[in-house]
This record gives sequence, structure tokens and C-alpha cells, in this order.
Amino acid sequence: MQTLKLAFLALLLAAPAARAERLLVSNEKDNTITVIDGATLAVTATIKVGERPRGIVASHDGRSVYICTSDSDHVEVLDLATLAVTRILPSGPDPELMTLSPDGTTLYVANENDNMVSVVDVKAGRVVTEIPVGVEPEGMGISPDGRVLVNTSETTSMAHFIDTATQQPIANVLVGSRPRVARFTADGKQVWVSAEVGGTVSVVDAGSHTVVHTIDFAIPGVPRESVQPVGIAVTPDAKTAFVALGPANRIAVVDTGTYEVRKYLLVGQRVWNLAFSLDAKRLYATNGVSNDLSVIDVDALRVTKSVPVGRLPWGVVVVP
Amino acid sequence: MPARPGPIALLLTLLMASPAMAAEPVAVGIGYLALAPKRVTPQTLLDPPVAEEGVQGARVALADNQTTGRFLNQSFALHESVQPDADAVLAAARAMLAGGERVIVTDLPAPLLLQVADLPEARDAILLDATSEDDRLRGADCRARVLHLLPSRAMLADALMQFLAVKRWRSVLLVQGPGDADRAYADALRRSARKFQLRIAADKPWTFEPGAQRTDTGHVSIGAEVARFTQGLSYDVLVVADTANEFGDDLAYRTTDPRPIAGTHGLVPTAWARPFEQWGATQLQARFQKLAGRPMTTHDFGAWMAVRAVGEAASRGASADPAAIGAYLRSPKFELAAFKGSRLTFRPWDGQLRQPVLLADTRSLVSVSPQPGYLHQLSELDTLGIDQPETTCKL
Repeated sequence: MQTLKLAFLALLLAAPAARAERLLVSNEKDNTITVIDGATLAVTATIKVGERPRGIVASHDGRSVYICTSDSDHVEVLDLATLAVTRILPSGPDPELMTLSPDGTTLYVANENDNMVSVVDVKAGRVVTEIPVGVEPEGMGISPDGRVLVNTSETTSMAHFIDTATQQPIANVLVGSRPRVARFTADGKQVWVSAEVGGTVSVVDAGSHTVVHTIDFAIPGVPRESVQPVGIAVTPDAKTAFVALGPANRIAVVDTGTYEVRKYLLVGQRVWNLAFSLDAKRLYATNGVSNDLSVIDVDALRVTKSVPVGRLPWGVVVVP
Repeated sequence: MPARPGPIALLLTLLMASPAMAAEPVAVGIGYLALAPKRVTPQTLLDPPVAEEGVQGARVALADNQTTGRFLNQSFALHESVQPDADAVLAAARAMLAGGERVIVTDLPAPLLLQVADLPEARDAILLDATSEDDRLRGADCRARVLHLLPSRAMLADALMQFLAVKRWRSVLLVQGPGDADRAYADALRRSARKFQLRIAADKPWTFEPGAQRTDTGHVSIGAEVARFTQGLSYDVLVVADTANEFGDDLAYRTTDPRPIAGTHGLVPTAWARPFEQWGATQLQARFQKLAGRPMTTHDFGAWMAVRAVGEAASRGASADPAAIGAYLRSPKFELAAFKGSRLTFRPWDGQLRQPVLLADTRSLVSVSPQPGYLHQLSELDTLGIDQPETTCKL
């Protein structure tokens, strides 16, 4: 009995430990990053950064995050120990989204204002080269092996597949209007591309560079124009994809096998970007208009909590 | 550019199937036909005369199309023809059509646009009206071969009236200028006030001569005129129809009661505005400023949308054939991303582009209509302007 009690106590103690993680939310309007404790979901800090922070990714050593401060025209490195901006990395004008190479050494940054993707050597802190892409580059995805980079361009409405070794385009795939986010599946076989204005998600075969399926979202009582897919998150088992639908105020739960929408989760207003907790049991979503973060139980497919953050929350990243 | 239909579509399909194959890009020709505006003396030192209005927007869109085209082995050419008078426009239209041009962007006043559209040679052409706001071109005088990019006056008026209704500024003093366009604008406002159940408390023509703009102590007389004009009236908001920009700027702060100004001045319903930066519009504002060396106007934006619409139809429809482009533009598959947060499509009943309408003053974006709460069974964008059941257009 005593051992059981102890085991139970240990379990209780271990449960929050499993959530020893922090969430960082970029607030586009406030020029701040909100830090949230993963266990308590309480806001623990608000950090001033450069102007218009949007895209945010964690370094692979877990020590820092990279933030696209769009109106400051550079990328800031936030040290997670001190919660202070310790370094500035260069980019092109108006950096919006970025992705890190699997080895953590190279940052690929989409510069919305100059039709270029900047390739940044993180250690040296310099732009190694620039790759010309379509008009208004936006989404950035990288294959699990780091060999293929996918960039979306909003006005050109394409997903550009780029060989990271040669930095040359391999293929240009026409997708829905105003593509936003590009995500490789964990097996690297598919790229999911959301189209904000098109209202669709294009599933692109990474081998043949063809659109194998286009997912539509018809929500009863919601006008078609309000369905504006942006954030995409695919579960580690690759069975379920979550798609944030912007002003439709919902996240679609998509079966990756059949491409059927299983459920729509009602979240805050203008839901934009998504991130899983480290154990992938929770999904976090930023709601730009209602200024909060929705917390979703991934197994139960339920929205469990809303955490108020700064004004116009844009991106979210989870760090240990 | 000669019309070369079938083989090009075939060639393009082949090219798209093997993107690595380097071949001569397939050319898409776009005509641009405009009547040069008469030079007007600026009313104020604040606004320098706008050079090459409209066509500059088309040029920015051409560059955008080329970038997409580069990846799809399509290239676009803009054939500009800006003419000094109506006869020259008609001659240029004939020459364009005889030369095989079938997709033509126009910046023409309504009567001239109709003359071009009714040319027998234009039978299988598609005209993209980039700049007109006339309701009659979307109503009794509509033409199957004409598509309209900018919002009609009815849409602009509805966008404003929805906003006033939401604000509960339900009583309107309507002030109409002396011109024909002022009357058309005011008529649209009257129709819209009925539609959204706002009350026109007083409907007054502006009859003062604009007179000389620059006179010493001129502010005294205009201040007295406006105060007298608005005396003894009870209303929430003054809505002005002064499309020629003769007196609209002289109303604010001079009314007897403190009331906001809207319409052609003050809070303006419009397709494009200088302070507008939402939904990525910053990028277009920046691209335009860089190319033209001046801010983008509504007519520039209309021309940008027209040329981009052609680009979108060519790349999505994977065809450079004008007939295929025309068919794609009208099909339900067509959608245009034009920095308004949602897809823009053409209304099949009158060729009007469905779109949200901005409400802005010179320094800030105030709101975007349709206002939340105005519902529609098919598209909330159709709460703006003439809906299918009420259209007088017979295509």
C-alpha cells in the first residue's frame, strides 16, 4: 500500500515534469514575446523585441529561439536562459517566416519584400546567399533529411522546391492562391501547403512534385470567404493534420489517410499558427484578433483552455 | 499579337508536364487602352499631379505576372495605347483588335467603353474595365464581354451605409455637388440608405461656386458658407458627393454642429487607400512606390487587378489562348488574391468583381465592409452592391 501511494505520488510529481516546457508567442502588434509555462499555462514573462515579430523557431540545442522581426528587417536571437536578445542575424527586407536546417547550422529566411530567400549561416551570422523565388515569399519548409527546401510565394501562388546543396530550384508547383505555410510530413514524402485566399490545403508529393490532393473546408454556417487556412501541424505518427482556418475561427482536424476532415475545433478569432507540445499531446494555436492562445487536447480533440497573450499573437514555438 | 489558340494550349500542357525542358516561353498579350485624362489644376499643393495613373498599376502587375510566368514558361506582354481623344481611342481599339489582341484592359469613361465594347471586331474579345465605377455599366448598359474590377458606386455606397448603420449614425445630411458623377454618386447613396434603412434627414445640392482656390482670408467666407449651409438641420453625419473634388475638403470643422464627414471626402469608401497595409498590402504599396515613384491610387489598383486577373487565368487555366483566358475568368474556379484578406471572384450576373471595400481617411484605415452581421445566403460580399435578384443587367 505504502509503495502504491509512493508510486502514485511519484506519478503526480512526474506529470508536471513531463510538461517542463515553455511556450513562446510572438505578438505582432506589441513587439513582444509572451513566455508561458507549459505546466501551469501561466504567463511568466513578456519580452520586448524588435518591430513586428512574426516567424519564430527554436534552435536545435534548445538554448535559443530565432525571431523574424519583420519591420526591423532582421532576425533576432533570444537566449532562453536570460530571456534577452543576445544576437542579431541579417536577413533580407521584411523577413516573415524561416526554417532551420536539420543540423541547426543554416537558417532559411523568406523575405516578403524582395522575392528572395536568404540563406543565413547561423554561426557566422551572415547571409551566405540569396535564392530568387516568386513574388512575396512566405512559407518555409524543409525535408527531414535537409536536402529539399520548400518556399511558398503569396502573389505567385507557388511552392518552390529548392535543392539545398546547389541552391537551385528543382520544381515550381502551382498551389492555391496566397500560399502561406509549407510543412513536410515526418516521413518526408509529402508537403502540405495552405492557401489563405484559395481556402484550401494542397498535398504535394515530394517525389513527383505534383499536387496529389486538394483539401477543401466546408463549414456549415461559415461563409466560404472566411475559410483562410494558414498554420499546419501534423502529428508525429503522421495520422492526423491540424489546419488553422484563420477568420473561420476553427482548426480542422484532417485524417491524413483519407484527407477527410474529421472535426472542426472552435478556437479564438483569426487563428493563425500552430505548435505541438514536446510530447505532442497538446496543440497550441495563436488567435490574432482575440489576442489569446488556445490549448487543444490532441487525443480528446477538445479545446481545453484559452490563455490571454499580447496583441495580435502570430507565431508560437515550444522549447524545453 | 496574333491569336493562336489550340496549338499553344497543347504546347503549354507539354511544357508544364516537363518543366525542365527549356523552350520558348508561351506569350500572353494584354492590350491596355486608355483615354488620357485632361490635366486638372491641383486644388492643393498637398497633391502633386499624378503621372501615368492606371497604366503604372498595370506595369507592376505585369512584373508580378512575369515572375509567375517564369516558372510556368509563360511570358506576358502589355501593349499600351493611351490616346488623347475619343476618336483616337476608337481607332486604337480597332487597330488592336485587327492586330489580334483579344484581352484588353481599359481605362475609359462609360460612353467610350460601350462604344469599344460594341465594335463588331470586339465580338470575341474580353474587356477588363479597370477604372469605372458606373452602376449603369453593371446594369442596363452591361455587356457580356466586359468585366469590372473596381467596386461600383452601389458597392461603395453600401459599404459606407453598412458602417454608418453599425455605428448607429442613422440620420444623414446628404450634400450633392453639381456634376453628373456627383448625381450618380448621390443616387447610389440614396438607394443604399433605403436598403439599410438609414434616414436622409436633408438632401441638399451644393450650389456655391468653387471660385478661386487661393485668396487671402478665403477661409472666412468658406467657413461662413458651410456654417449657413448646415444651420438648423438635425443629423448624425454629413455625407458628401463631390467627385470633382471642388469643395469636399472644405466641410469638416465648418459645420454648425460638430458632425463627421463621409462620402467622397472624410471617411471614404474605396478599393484602395494610401494608409492601407493589411493582408500584405504593404508589399504592393512598396512595389508600386518603387516602380512609379509615387503612391498607388485607386485607378492604379484597378489596372493592377485587371492585369493580375489575366495572369491568374493564364497560369491557372494553363493556357495563353484568349478564349480560354476569358472562359477561366468567368468560371467559378477563378479567384483573385488582391490584398483584401479574401478571394475575389466575378459576379456572373453583371461581370462585377466581388470584393471587400475599405473605409479610410487620408491617414488611417477605419474599417472594411461588409460589416460583421450583414449576412447573405451565398456570399457576404454580395451584401455590397446589386445582388442577382435585383440586377437589371441582361447578358
